Amino acid sequence: MNRIINLITRQPIWIFVFICIVFFSFSSPYFLDIRNFSNILLQASTIGLIALGMTFVMINGNIDLSVGATLALAASLAVGLQPQLGIMGAVLVGLLSGILIGALNGIIAWKTGVDAFIVTLGAMIGVRGLVFIYTEEQAFYAYDLAYSDFGASSLFGIPVLALIFIFLTITAHLVLKYTIHGRNVFAVGGNRVAAKEAGIRVGPHMLLNFILIGFLAALSGILLSTQMGASTPNLGRNYELWTITAVVLGGTRLTGGFGSIIGTLGGVLAIAILRNGMNLLQVPSFYVLIILGSILIIVLFIDKRFSEPKGVGA
Amino acid sequence: MSTQAELKESINPRSKENCLLVLKNVSKSFPGVKALDGVDLDVRAGEVHALLGENGAGKSTLMKILAGIYQPDGGEVILEDQLVHMSSPIEAREHGVLLIHQELSLVPDMTVAENVFLGNIPRFANIFVNNRHLNDRCGEILTRLNCKFEATERLGNLSIANQQMVEIARALVFQPKVVVFDEPTASLTDYEKVVLFGVIRELKESGTAIVYISHRMDEIFELSDRISVLRDGTYQGTFETAQTNEDEVTQRMIGRDLDADIEHQPPELGIKALKVDGLGIEGLYSDISFDVHVGEVVGFYGLVGAGRTEVMETIFGLRKPDSGSVQINGEDLIINSPSDAIDHGLGLVPESRKEQGLVLGMSCKDNTTLANIRKFTRFGWIDTAAERAIFEEYMEKLRIKCPGWEYETLNLSGGNQQKVVIGKWLSTSPKILILDEPTRGIDVGSKSEIHHLIRELAKSGLAVIVVSSEMPEVLTVSDRIIAMYDGSITQCFDRNEVTEDTLIRAITGQTV
Repeated sequence: MNRIINLITRQPIWIFVFICIVFFSFSSPYFLDIRNFSNILLQASTIGLIALGMTFVMINGNIDLSVGATLALAASLAVGLQPQLGIMGAVLVGLLSGILIGALNGIIAWKTGVDAFIVTLGAMIGVRGLVFIYTEEQAFYAYDLAYSDFGASSLFGIPVLALIFIFLTITAHLVLKYTIHGRNVFAVGGNRVAAKEAGIRVGPHMLLNFILIGFLAALSGILLSTQMGASTPNLGRNYELWTITAVVLGGTRLTGGFGSIIGTLGGVLAIAILRNGMNLLQVPSFYVLIILGSILIIVLFIDKRFSEPKGVGA
Repeated sequence: MSTQAELKESINPRSKENCLLVLKNVSKSFPGVKALDGVDLDVRAGEVHALLGENGAGKSTLMKILAGIYQPDGGEVILEDQLVHMSSPIEAREHGVLLIHQELSLVPDMTVAENVFLGNIPRFANIFVNNRHLNDRCGEILTRLNCKFEATERLGNLSIANQQMVEIARALVFQPKVVVFDEPTASLTDYEKVVLFGVIRELKESGTAIVYISHRMDEIFELSDRISVLRDGTYQGTFETAQTNEDEVTQRMIGRDLDADIEHQPPELGIKALKVDGLGIEGLYSDISFDVHVGEVVGFYGLVGAGRTEVMETIFGLRKPDSGSVQINGEDLIINSPSDAIDHGLGLVPESRKEQGLVLGMSCKDNTTLANIRKFTRFGWIDTAAERAIFEEYMEKLRIKCPGWEYETLNLSGGNQQKVVIGKWLSTSPKILILDEPTRGIDVGSKSEIHHLIRELAKSGLAVIVVSSEMPEVLTVSDRIIAMYDGSITQCFDRNEVTEDTLIRAITGQTV
């Protein structure tokens, strides 16, 4: 029981998710349908995959703004190179591009000491430019139908993409909570100096997290392109903001040292459920934005009120 | 209770006419804790009134009430025979009561003058900063405080001691009637302390009432006119400093006798655990050579800025030396990083536990295993049960007072935080342990415990180095004392042959 109370006060976003589910179940007969739920998971998976990596990076005390552009580059490569390399080859190149951008972000931030916000802001602008040069502002279509078939495929009635998201969420949770790397994520984000003096190699550690988020952004982009059977150069615009919103909704602090995958999952689901439910109720999508913006501030207010350590700010 | 009241009367016959500030029966509760329970205090104009108590005794709460940060639940605050309510620090300031914080609250990127007048900047035409006026007035105050830096200097360029002076200057702007100092010497060296005490005496002479909070007995006896003692939120009496002694107030403060002083037998020297030869970094320190044997405690004594911390950081792989070598157990080593150092059996309990020692948001258990988490894993996965076991082992061994392994270190008292840091390093089974200012800002009880612990560690076969700016501490724990001045070792003493006088000379560069 204590654990449940603890979870609720630490994860106010799950209360919101719960309220949303109850509300939409009563207002729309279609909402509670299994197929609709699979749909929500599918819609959540794009932002969700990136958010997993963003949770690591943000607890670490960093941020990555280049994920939207990385997603577009990986998707464009994975679709655009198919005629030359085949599906597997093109997808591999797409994933590698994400790893490479992540590594570059990480190395620059580590070696120059320039704030990750600035480094990845530069990458966000630069990589998007790269996408436009590579695609010549054209959308690419996957001519091999096997590619989009994968995006539409299901296993036990659940979309494969949603299953991938669920699997990686569980993995990320376990890694963050029960491995050395996960523990060090908190230590480095909580107090970089203390972590360094305790023998943690802070630079390589942060680099690894940037590589992780680069990979996940690329994966997310490729999976998104399988859903559409195509890629466009404008794919993933503003996704960095949605990802950060989801992670912050989940209780991860911008200052680092605090956060969880469970919270992030809550944040991701909150956004997806709200969008899906409002859509079922035929509310124009602009209203969703207003509500999401308000919810973001309200949830953080609750978080500040109830989960701040006692004695601080008294 | 009545005996206590009688006691109070007998020790402290009230002379009403010169009581500037009187607290009567003040109480304050926080959820679950009664921080203050019917506390009385009277402070006279032109006196230094020391407030003593262990961490958690309620000193800080009392001072925050005086400064208007907290409001009391019950009781009265009387200033110059007027009942006052101070509902904010601004109101307290208007009444002439100013608190000088233990932790500096200054803006490093602004000038000294801007900091001194922060929130109170002289203006002209109501919206523009009157820079000349600002710097002139600040200059006057700095002269009064005998400060040797300029009003236009960037604050961040000043030493901690000078920043402390800026904090005092800031209080003087308001021509205060009562100034409260909360642990002002926590980060000062003996020399800087002398300067600060001069300033405090000058304030006192000019009729200001000083309330002085400190853990350091020697300071309190040197500086104060009267001493009031708090224990667990209750008032334990006020003493004329001239008519009491350390034992009496200590006993009042902790309600028990401190352990007897540590005995010093010359240790049986083991093999050389650490040998440093000709170590130097351009501009910081040069030609540092010394060795530490298994089973002994070597004290490094000197002023802040003498280079002691930098030497230790070099040995621990945080800095790269320009010259010299380090041998551990007779083996020449190049240590490039803290993780190298840890692999070779070194541990460093750093100078500042909050900034360097702990990840405050992490639990006691997680902090304990921070430096050797690898030992508590199976195939890369953390074995939480093993972690808990090791924390609980050290919790018992070091007598860490903490509700449990999940408790965040943020909420522990200074002494217990420091014990967690020590536990962290002990859990790496080091052969050589370096402790930099191990008892800074820690109450007397925990301090004595940590001193005993250091002796025990040496006895159990560790080579221990203690860097300290406090002479009593160095004298208490060390077998040998190395004095540093301005980046060099000036002298090395055996515990039994050293005197306070020679030690002071050695660290102020008066020997050689």
